[in-house]
Amino acid sequence: MKELLDFEAFREGPEAEGLVRRVRELVDGPTALMEVCGTHTVAIGRAGIRSLVPEELRLLSGPGCPVCVTPLGEIDQTIEAARRPDVTVATFGDMMRVPGSESSLERERAAGADVRVVTSALDAVKLASEEPSREIVFIGVGFETTSPTVAAALLEAERRDVPNVSVFPFFKLVPPALEFLVGVPDRALDGFLCPGHVSSIIGSNAYEPVAREAGIPCVVTGFEPLDILAGIVMLLEQVRDVRSGGAARVETQYSRAVRPEGNPTARSLLDETFDTADAEWRGIGAIPASGYVLSQDLMHRDAAAKLGIERPEPAEPEGCICGAIMLGRKLPGDCPLFGTDCTPRDPVGPCMVSSEGSCAAHFRYEHRRST
Amino acid sequence: MCLAVPGLVREVDGTRAKVDFGGITREVELSLLPDTAVDDYVLVHAGYAIEKVDRESALETMRLFREMAEAADRGRSEPDGTDV
Ligand code: SF4
Ligand code: SF4
Repeated sequence: MKELLDFEAFREGPEAEGLVRRVRELVDGPTALMEVCGTHTVAIGRAGIRSLVPEELRLLSGPGCPVCVTPLGEIDQTIEAARRPDVTVATFGDMMRVPGSESSLERERAAGADVRVVTSALDAVKLASEEPSREIVFIGVGFETTSPTVAAALLEAERRDVPNVSVFPFFKLVPPALEFLVGVPDRALDGFLCPGHVSSIIGSNAYEPVAREAGIPCVVTGFEPLDILAGIVMLLEQVRDVRSGGAARVETQYSRAVRPEGNPTARSLLDETFDTADAEWRGIGAIPASGYVLSQDLMHRDAAAKLGIERPEPAEPEGCICGAIMLGRKLPGDCPLFGTDCTPRDPVGPCMVSSEGSCAAHFRYEHRRST
Repeated sequence: MCLAVPGLVREVDGTRAKVDFGGITREVELSLLPDTAVDDYVLVHAGYAIEKVDRESALETMRLFREMAEAADRGRSEPDGTDV
């Protein structure tokens, strides 16, 4: 039997100090790098990486959490589904506390709604075959890491002929968001730390347009502190090249789990299950071709159509600057509500809800450090 | 949300596998990674194996960490501090 690989080696070691020194050497002027993955945001916060790098290097957190960027109207749709007596809502736990316009799934469950937390979309299919008299509605949130698992579960429901399971396809796609973020005016952005696990599915080639057409260096990075430091070093080396006239490119620090072409089985499953569509990102607005709808053959699995639930247009909470934060224009500390009226215990905006939200990660790891 | 955890495949039975996460064994779906075999390292997300973890490039990455760290050391030892 094989022994387990020692992944601890990526976590710390004598290399960490050298990598930090290398980062310090490479920063020779104001530089802004953005990570667009909540798991990166948390890892950067937990390892205290911001406090190790020079002040001129700004590490910005983009729209990294699919929970955070789910529009209020979509949350309200899931709440309306939960209120139907013959419906069971199955969801990843992150969605429970996200406030809709006047309730949350957690509050609905306390009031008697049948809302169940699952760890896999396949659990929803299992529930449906065990309870044929109920409609099981799965809330499909996530980027390209998660959407193929939901696609696989839906196709499993088709194969096993389980009719009473449907999905809200609220998925978001990363490369169109990056292309959009590049075009945001009034904000300098020198490079992207690209999400490792999204890239395991879509492949590093997916960022070629961002690097080539928009001229922004991209480095696909893993999640351990040394991975992130090494990813920052690779980005800074590219930034230096670009500033002296070189071309931006896509590089992969996380080559142990990312191929240039990604995972072909998962990609073809996505193609089979979904069609690309424009999508609304909370705090940001509509981004072209950045979401999914179910393909024609699977339209009967669309929860909103099946249950006849329209999407309302609710108002965003007053004073919250999540949108500006996710666009890289502001930092969480710039928000007047941060840490006073808005805390993880009592969140006002979406970025304070999930532990991967930029405000929540900032509150937990960096606010405390500086106070 | 996009968290995925590496584990070692101990058994394969059709589209299901038993995966060892440092002592804890879980059942994992293989439909997104159909050519998975015993002794493969896989990344697992939301109950599904989504990609293999390549042992050789993991070791290569560790070598790279050392190289980058050493580049910093060389930079430091140069009196005018110019780039290496
Ligand atoms: S905390 Fe922010 S990034 Fe995370 S799910 Fe919520 S809104 Fe998205
Ligand atoms: S601190 Fe709260 S209100 Fe302010 S931007 Fe963050 S989530 Fe929104």
